[in-house]
Amino acid sequence: MQKRDWLIFLAVAVFLAIFPFIAARISAISHYIDIMVFAGIFSIVSLGLCMLMGYAGQVSMAQAAFFGIGAYTSGILTSHFHWHPLPAIPIGCLLSAAVAWLVGVPALRLKGHYLAMATLGFGEIVHIVLNQEVEWTGGPSGLVDIPSLKILGVRISSEEAWYYIVWTAALCTLIFCFNVLRSRVGRALRAIHEEETAADAMGVPTARFKLQVFVLSAVLAAIAGSFYTHYVTFLNPGTFDLMWSIRFVLMVMLGGVQSLWGAVLGTVLLTFIGNEWLRVFADFDILVYGAILLLVALFLPDGLVSIFPKGRSASGNV
Amino acid sequence: MRSMRQGIGMAMMAAAFLGAVLPLTASPCMAADKEPYKIGAIFSVTGVGSFLGEPEKKTAEMIAADVNKNGGINGHPLELVLYDDESDTTKCNLNFKRLAKTDKVPVVIGPSRTGESLAVVGVAEDMEVPVITCASSYKIVTPIESRKWCFKVAGSESDVVGKIYDHMKSKGITKIGVMCDSTGFGASGKEELVKLAPEYGITIVADETFGPKDTDLTPQLTKIREAGPQAIVNWSIGPTQILAVKNWRSLKMDSIPMYQSHGFGNRKNLELAEGAAEGVLLALARVNVGPLLPDSQPQKPVIMAYKKAYEDLYNEPVSSFGGHAWDSMNLAIAALKAVGPDPAKIRDFVENTKGFVGQHGVFNFSPTDHGGLSKDDLEMVVVKNGDWALAQ
Repeated sequence: MQKRDWLIFLAVAVFLAIFPFIAARISAISHYIDIMVFAGIFSIVSLGLCMLMGYAGQVSMAQAAFFGIGAYTSGILTSHFHWHPLPAIPIGCLLSAAVAWLVGVPALRLKGHYLAMATLGFGEIVHIVLNQEVEWTGGPSGLVDIPSLKILGVRISSEEAWYYIVWTAALCTLIFCFNVLRSRVGRALRAIHEEETAADAMGVPTARFKLQVFVLSAVLAAIAGSFYTHYVTFLNPGTFDLMWSIRFVLMVMLGGVQSLWGAVLGTVLLTFIGNEWLRVFADFDILVYGAILLLVALFLPDGLVSIFPKGRSASGNV
Repeated sequence: MRSMRQGIGMAMMAAAFLGAVLPLTASPCMAADKEPYKIGAIFSVTGVGSFLGEPEKKTAEMIAADVNKNGGINGHPLELVLYDDESDTTKCNLNFKRLAKTDKVPVVIGPSRTGESLAVVGVAEDMEVPVITCASSYKIVTPIESRKWCFKVAGSESDVVGKIYDHMKSKGITKIGVMCDSTGFGASGKEELVKLAPEYGITIVADETFGPKDTDLTPQLTKIREAGPQAIVNWSIGPTQILAVKNWRSLKMDSIPMYQSHGFGNRKNLELAEGAAEGVLLALARVNVGPLLPDSQPQKPVIMAYKKAYEDLYNEPVSSFGGHAWDSMNLAIAALKAVGPDPAKIRDFVENTKGFVGQHGVFNFSPTDHGGLSKDDLEMVVVKNGDWALAQ
C-alpha cells in the first residue's frame, strides 16, 4: 500500500469504528448497523472477485457457489457434527479451494464469455446439489440448528460485536489484497489483464497465476460464507443462486473493477440500495440492477472510484 | 468526457446520500390523543412467495383499517408496519431487525414462508420480540426451549398427512405411491409422509420427485403405476399440481384415487385443471370451505365474516394464506388489547391463549405447543362438479 492508500485506509477505519455510535444515536438509522454487517461479509467476497476480475481479467459467475460451499461446510460441521465454529472455517476454505482448483484447471483454459459460461454452469451445479442433498443440507427448506460464533467461550450475538469482527476481517482482507497486488504476482496479474499473450511471451506463467487467483477468490468467498452462516444461523439454497453471483459481479463493477476500494464501496452501496433505499422496487430490483450496470458501463467504465482524483505511482493505480 | 463522468458519478453518490438521510426527515405523525399501538409484519409480497404474501398483506391491511375505523385498540390507533421480504432470507432477517430496533414494534406477524421464518427465529429469540409466523414447518416451533418467542398459525404438515392417512385407513388403503416437488414445501411434505406412514399401517411403494418447473410428470406417474399402489399422494405447489392431475387423467390412472396436499386448496386450481380434478381428495383448513360447513361449526361465523369483508373489498376469493394473516393479526390484536405493547407480556399472553377461534381452526397454545392446531382442525374435501365438497 502507498501513503495515499494508508491515509484512505485510516479514514475509512476511523469512520467504521465510530459508525455504530452514530447510528445508535439516530433512531431512524439504528438498523443500518445490521445492513453494514452484511455489507462487510459481502465485501470479503467482492474483494476476492475484484482480484480475479480487475487484475487477472477473469469473470466468475460462481462466487455465490463458493460463498455457499464455505457457508454450508461451516453449517453442516457445526450443526450435524457439533464442531466448534472456529475450526470449521478453515475446513470450508480448504474445501472451497480444492473445488476451485478442480474447476479452475479446465475452466481457466477458456476465455471471455466461455469462462463466464463455465463458471455459471458450475454455480448452477452447486445450487442443485444444495437443493437435492436433503440429508446433509436440509434441502430447499434449509439448514437449522447452526450455533452462533463463539470466541473463547463467549457467544457472539450482539450486532455491534458482529460488526467489528466482520469489518476487521474485511479490512485485513483489504490489506492482504493490496500486498498481493504490490508483489511480483500482482504485477504479473496486471500484465495478464492488459494482454495475456504478451504476458505469456514475457515469460509470465499465466495459467498458474490465473488459477492461483481464482482459488484465492474462492477461499475469500468461503470465509465470508462461514461468517454469514454463523451470523444468520440459518441457510437455504436461495442465498447461493445465480442472482447472488450476478450481484457480486455488480458490486465489483459498480465500485470500479480495477480498484479494491471500489469493490468495498460498490458492495456497501449495493447492499444498501438492495435492502434499504430502493425497497419500493421490490422484486423489480433486477431491472434496477440492470440499469445500474448499464449506466456504469456506459458512463463510468472504471466504476465510481473514477470520480475521485487518481494517485499515481510506479506500481500503477492500485 | 471526464467532467461528464464525474458529474454522473457525483449524481449517483448524491442520490445514494439522499437515500441515506431521507428516512431522517420522514417521520410519520399521527394526530391522535393516544399513542398508537404498532404491529410489525413481514410478508413475501413479491418474489416466488408472492402468492402467499399478497393475500396476507391485503388481509392484514384490511383488518388494521377495520380496527382503526372502530376506535382502535382500547382507544389506541393501530399502526401496521408492513415490509416485503421479497422472498429473500437475507432481506427478511434485516426487515425483522429493522422492525424490532427502528420501528420498535412489540410483536411481529409473518414471515410468509418457512425459509424466511427460520431466518428470523434466532433473531426473535435474541431480541426478545415475539413472532407469529404464517409458515407451517414444525422447525419454527421446535425445539421449544430455543423457540420461546416463536409461534406459528399455519397447521403442520404432520396434521395434514395425519388427516389424509386417517381417510385412507377408513377406505382400507394400505399401499400408496407418493410424488413430491423439490421445493421446501415438497421436501417437508415427503418427510412427514414417510415418517408417519408406519404409524397408520401404510406402506409407500413408490416415491418420486420432480422439479417445480417440470412440464411433464408422465414418467413419475408411470413408475408409480408399475408399483401398483391403491392411492397416489401428490405434494407440490404451483403449476405441477395441475400437471399431476392432468397427467393422471390422461394416463387413465383415475381409478387410483389421487390425494393432493393442502397447497391445492385454491379455487383457481380447479379452473386450471379444466375438469380433470374431479374426485381429487385433499385435507383443507375450514377457511377454504366456509359455506359448506354446518351452522353448528364454531368457526363458521368468523370464516363467513372474513370471506364477506375480503371479497367485498378486493373482489377476489379468500385463500387459506390470507387466513393465516387473519389468525396472526387477530392474535396480535387480542394480545395488545389484553396486555398492551409489552413484548414479554404479549409472548406470555399468546402462549396461554386457549380456544381462540380463527380461520384455520380453534387455537390452543401452551408452553409446550406454539402451533396450537391439530388434525381435527382440518376437513377432508373432494372435488365435485368443479367445486369443493366435504368428503365422506
